[in-house]
Amino acid sequence: MLEVRDLQVNYGGITALRSVSLSVKQGEIVTLVGANGAGKSTLLGAVCGLVKPASGSIRFEGNDITGRKAHRLSRRGLILVPEGRRIFVNLSVTENLILGGYFRPKGAELDQDIEKVFSIFPRLAERRKQTAGTLSGGERQMLALGRGLMSRPKLLMLDEPSLGLSPLLVAEVFGVIEQIHAQGVTVLLVEQNAAAALGVADRGYVLETGKVVLEGGGAELAADGGVQRAYLGMD
Amino acid sequence: MDGAQLTQQIINGLTLGSLYGLIAIGYTMVYGILRLINFAHGDVLMVGCYIAWFAAVQFGLPWWVALMGSMVLTALLGVIIDQGAYRPLRRAPRISALITAIGVSFLLENLGLVIFGGRPKAFARPEVFNQIYEWGGVRVLSLSIWVPILTAVILAGLLLIIYRTRVGMAMRALSRDMVTVQLMGVDTNRIVAITFALGSALAAAGGVFWAMKYPQINPLMGILPGLKAFVAAVLGGIGNVVGAMIGGLLLGMAEILLVAWLPELAGYRDALAFVLLIGILIFKPTGIIGQELPE
Ligand SMILES: Nc1ncnc2c1ncn2[C@@H]1O[C@H](COP(=O)(O)OP(=O)(O)OP(=O)(O)O)[C@@H](O)[C@H]1O
Ligand SMILES: [Mg+2]
Repeated sequence: MLEVRDLQVNYGGITALRSVSLSVKQGEIVTLVGANGAGKSTLLGAVCGLVKPASGSIRFEGNDITGRKAHRLSRRGLILVPEGRRIFVNLSVTENLILGGYFRPKGAELDQDIEKVFSIFPRLAERRKQTAGTLSGGERQMLALGRGLMSRPKLLMLDEPSLGLSPLLVAEVFGVIEQIHAQGVTVLLVEQNAAAALGVADRGYVLETGKVVLEGGGAELAADGGVQRAYLGMD
Repeated sequence: MDGAQLTQQIINGLTLGSLYGLIAIGYTMVYGILRLINFAHGDVLMVGCYIAWFAAVQFGLPWWVALMGSMVLTALLGVIIDQGAYRPLRRAPRISALITAIGVSFLLENLGLVIFGGRPKAFARPEVFNQIYEWGGVRVLSLSIWVPILTAVILAGLLLIIYRTRVGMAMRALSRDMVTVQLMGVDTNRIVAITFALGSALAAAGGVFWAMKYPQINPLMGILPGLKAFVAAVLGGIGNVVGAMIGGLLLGMAEILLVAWLPELAGYRDALAFVLLIGILIFKPTGIIGQELPE
């Protein structure tokens, strides 16, 4: 479904990604782990069209999408839930969701999807008319996830969805991710919480200073000594 | 001043304030989403007046056709200016766009001088707006009644777009986060174009009413209303549409009442706007109902 080949991204003089290759197959959950500054967000940014790659290619559903504009890609079902939620704080909860489905036709189907998001996240339903700026961190993450779902994604890319959440909420968020996946959405998950991410993933990649240093099955990576030391906090 | 005179002055203040408000909205909307002060806005208004003048005086079209036509064509002009002059600079430092805006302003003024000539043209006031209404000693021009009413209608339509449509939602979201809206499938360039179109159309409406009130037009006529409307936008809290209208009304009212109460200061009327500007920048830079906008 997604094929990234030899991707290089530079910011001015610094190289954030060098020759990164990665793939996600239809129906998988793939996770990308790595330390701060490894280039995880840069990779997602390049895939969804927000960051221009210097070289390399990105294919989505068989088509070359390298350098395509972000708003066109999201209309094709390539959806990013960005790092730090980035909900629209000046809009209401419902408006955030409507904007998530911005390019879909108005009507019963869209309304049903809004209700579906509310049934996944009842806390949002209680706050549907509230300005999103009044939500707590956990609620904001739920709203960001729900907003992503409103576009009916084919590939959902999540950038650190568990960042800054309490352990209870982290579990809830991962539960939702598995639920979304069970409904047929392919997921590319970026996480610093490598233990939880590798736990739900079919496969994983380890990114270090702009390069893929390791890849393999989720359980396999979780058992890897290097990964355990570097990302799972084990000795 | 007796009650009748006061009523009369308040109506005049409302009328002038409505005009400032209509023009101020264009500044505030563009600033809200691009953080750009569109210095050419007043000159866009001037072009709108000439379009209406050609339609009404040269082609003898009814005033409302001239008004509508001017709003549509001026909207188009706003979009062309944005796409041609500002869009290539979206990623450039903000000062570049600002300087370009000043350049566009000079360009329009000088094109106006070359094409239309420097001599003012008479702008006939349509019959409906030229009646004198009189009751209880209050005498007002019908234009002074109609302008606030039409302004309210236009403002209501604009607020409907901003708060009840998806394009309006995208505008509001864009004003806070230009990057994330793209992830929702929003074509930011299209939304910016719509913003310029709406702001310019409102400037055309304000300009045409202005020309009916002070019934002549010239290529430099946009400068003063443009500057004052900018002050109104800052007064109300730049980036805020309702604030711009409130700022406009306050400024219009303040000018009229200054002249009415302190006639010896009438000569300072145009300076008042700038005194208020300095005052608000010192005491409440975010304006009356403004909130802090992210960079
Ligand atoms: N807009 C930018 N301009 C310049 N450098 C950038 C920019 N964005 C990221 N970088 C740099 O690129 C590198 C990779 O950053 P990136 O945000 O992709 O890392 P990350 O793996 O997502 O980190 P984190 O876990 O902290 O989110 C870092 O060194 C960062 O400083
Ligand atoms: Mg990141």
